[in-house]
Amino acid sequence: MSRDTALVSADWAEKNLDTPGVVFVEVDEDTSAYDGGHIPGAIKIDWKQDLQDPVRRDFVNQEQFSALLSERGISNDDTVVLYGGNNNWFAAYAFWYFKLYGHGDVKLLDGGRKKWELDARTYTKDVPSRAKTNYQAAAPDLTIRAFRDEVVQAIGVQNLVDVRSPDEFAGRLLAPAHLPQEQSQRAGHIPTAISVPWSKAANEDGTFKSDDELAKIYGDAGLDGSKDTIAYCRIGERSSHTWFVLKELLGQQNVKNYDGSWTEYGSLIGVPIALGDEPGKA
Amino acid sequence: MTSPSNVAAGCAAPDQSAPLPASVDLEKETVITGIVSNADGDAVGGAYVRLLDGTGEFTAEVVTSPEGVFRFFAAPGSWTLRALSRAGNGEVIVDATRGVNEVAIGVTAT
Repeated sequence: MSRDTALVSADWAEKNLDTPGVVFVEVDEDTSAYDGGHIPGAIKIDWKQDLQDPVRRDFVNQEQFSALLSERGISNDDTVVLYGGNNNWFAAYAFWYFKLYGHGDVKLLDGGRKKWELDARTYTKDVPSRAKTNYQAAAPDLTIRAFRDEVVQAIGVQNLVDVRSPDEFAGRLLAPAHLPQEQSQRAGHIPTAISVPWSKAANEDGTFKSDDELAKIYGDAGLDGSKDTIAYCRIGERSSHTWFVLKELLGQQNVKNYDGSWTEYGSLIGVPIALGDEPGKA
Repeated sequence: MTSPSNVAAGCAAPDQSAPLPASVDLEKETVITGIVSNADGDAVGGAYVRLLDGTGEFTAEVVTSPEGVFRFFAAPGSWTLRALSRAGNGEVIVDATRGVNEVAIGVTAT
């Protein structure tokens, strides 16, 4: 994987809005953004309504993902271009699903909604209608998804990358600063995790930094290229952004996203937690 | 669903112009809120407001409501608010204290 196959520019997108076999998908938690105007031809996926299981604490399974994409009119051989708000957090999260369920050709729009907006490019409120398909998701590829037990096993052994803000890492805040802070789980981070906030990887306009800049950021932070890596945040979408950088842009092998993230880990009984700005000891 | 459970489940910012939820305890929270406006004094909706900490490090970002309103839940201390929009960019430094801190950000074309 590389930047050429995993990422498209806003210019490329604008030229390919009507290209057959290319489907633009806006992914957001708050889909009112899509309803107020979106990239012409784009369909929407709601992070919560469409991608989370309504009962189990988990995301949609293979059958549910197949049904969702069939209903939205996406085929297995379509090129899917994902974009969204929040600097593409939820689009990156959806990208990770598409990879997990074996979709052949999926890309992120560099900069997402923000770049599109700041460039003053065209929006539409027209909602396209796409004929239903018979999408067949593959069995989940668990080489890119980490679960809690392997995260505990990885302490002091693998690269653990905490991509939350420095204050969340240190335990001074429990959630990002645009959210109220009342939550019950413990604060802090997984011992031995390095702190590389997701935002280090992005420019102000939401586009990704260059490969050279990215390699330096993670190298300077202490990421060991010879080890496997697990990225986490609070609920797994910001860490999808970093997973995308490490796996798809920098081409590292064996990078997993721990989607349970701090919401799960910080509520587990008996696991070690480190406080403060340093990684801490195993 | 109630507001707190929405908050716990997701990461997207709540409606920026809605009243503060009753669950927000202003004795404990440090709220930084205000309006982004252009050179003519008109509110700028759809602007991206970035909250940078005392060292200039990115902390959070929200999109302003159609009325130009933004809101952060931060901590006491020095913060930089940087707004990006079609109408231009602007930034303001604020020394926030516990409770509600009102800040106006003007943006101008660069």
